[in-house]
Amino acid sequence: MALEALQRDGFLTARLDDVISWARKNSLWPMPMGISCCAIEMMATASPRFDIARFGSEVMRFTPRQCDVMIVAGTVTYKMARVVRKIYDQMPDPKWVISMGACASSGGMFRSYSVVQGIDQFVPVDVFVAGCPPRPEALLHALMALQEKITKEGAIRPSARSAQITIPETVSGAPA
Amino acid sequence: MNDEMLGRITAAAGEEPVEVTEFRGDTTVVLSPSALLRVAECMRSELSFDLIIDVLGVDMYRPDKRYEVVYVLYSISRKAYLQLKIRIDEEHPEVPSVTSIWPGANWHEREVYDMFGITFTGHPDLRRLYMPEEFEYHPLRKDFPLMGVPDSLPLPRR
Repeated sequence: MALEALQRDGFLTARLDDVISWARKNSLWPMPMGISCCAIEMMATASPRFDIARFGSEVMRFTPRQCDVMIVAGTVTYKMARVVRKIYDQMPDPKWVISMGACASSGGMFRSYSVVQGIDQFVPVDVFVAGCPPRPEALLHALMALQEKITKEGAIRPSARSAQITIPETVSGAPA
Repeated sequence: MNDEMLGRITAAAGEEPVEVTEFRGDTTVVLSPSALLRVAECMRSELSFDLIIDVLGVDMYRPDKRYEVVYVLYSISRKAYLQLKIRIDEEHPEVPSVTSIWPGANWHEREVYDMFGITFTGHPDLRRLYMPEEFEYHPLRKDFPLMGVPDSLPLPRR
């Protein structure tokens, strides 16, 4: 039907909001925040066997300024937390966070003074992935869940999420 | 540990007491802090213990001589390990640094300082190794709670 219309009239109509969301969700460039062993599974996810390129997320960028989704893969200590936050702050909006594995999500087996018991204490997390470490399929599932979320939240209409986005601040000299 | 080695160690220690124990093939020499540098120098230059494997701190959590510092040495030519051990008081946790004798002890001593709050006098760069600079506690002390002190490590604002 749509194809016929395209052949006849040479154009299609769609809601702009849907088109932008569609473009966003199919080109989620990840910031590989590989801190410990989960990063190995993240690398496997990028490999041909699992092929994250099927979801448009093969462009792992090691500069936060070109990234859309930060995949926090590993144990985050208090000392590392300020680094993770700084990289998150340097990412351009709109941005999302996947918390990969037990350590990033809850501290995991490191119930200790030095490990942050869940990165949602200092960055807003969109998807948590269970596992120690999660299989590549689990990470891909998280990515698909994030794509669904992006479709639902829309691009133009203000959503609950965009109201939550804070103005970037320097981590060391944060105002009280 | 043969007689020749023991003789040189006691000679280097001078008046200070030296206690030698052996347990399952591991030889340990217990010294007083004031004799440490002289014995360490003797170990390195005369007895060819040229490699420092590790420097350890121990919190025995007892009223007297609460902390211990253990130096694990290895001699490549002798193919032998040896441990130097010193016991120190809670009031003045201070030990002379052995970095002038074994430069490899530098980071090990920083680790012990970070975790136990034991000061190594004469250390060229005594900063914390693991914890943030502004952290006020020493986590491996027995009286430090497992989950840490609340609000002692600030997180970035969410």
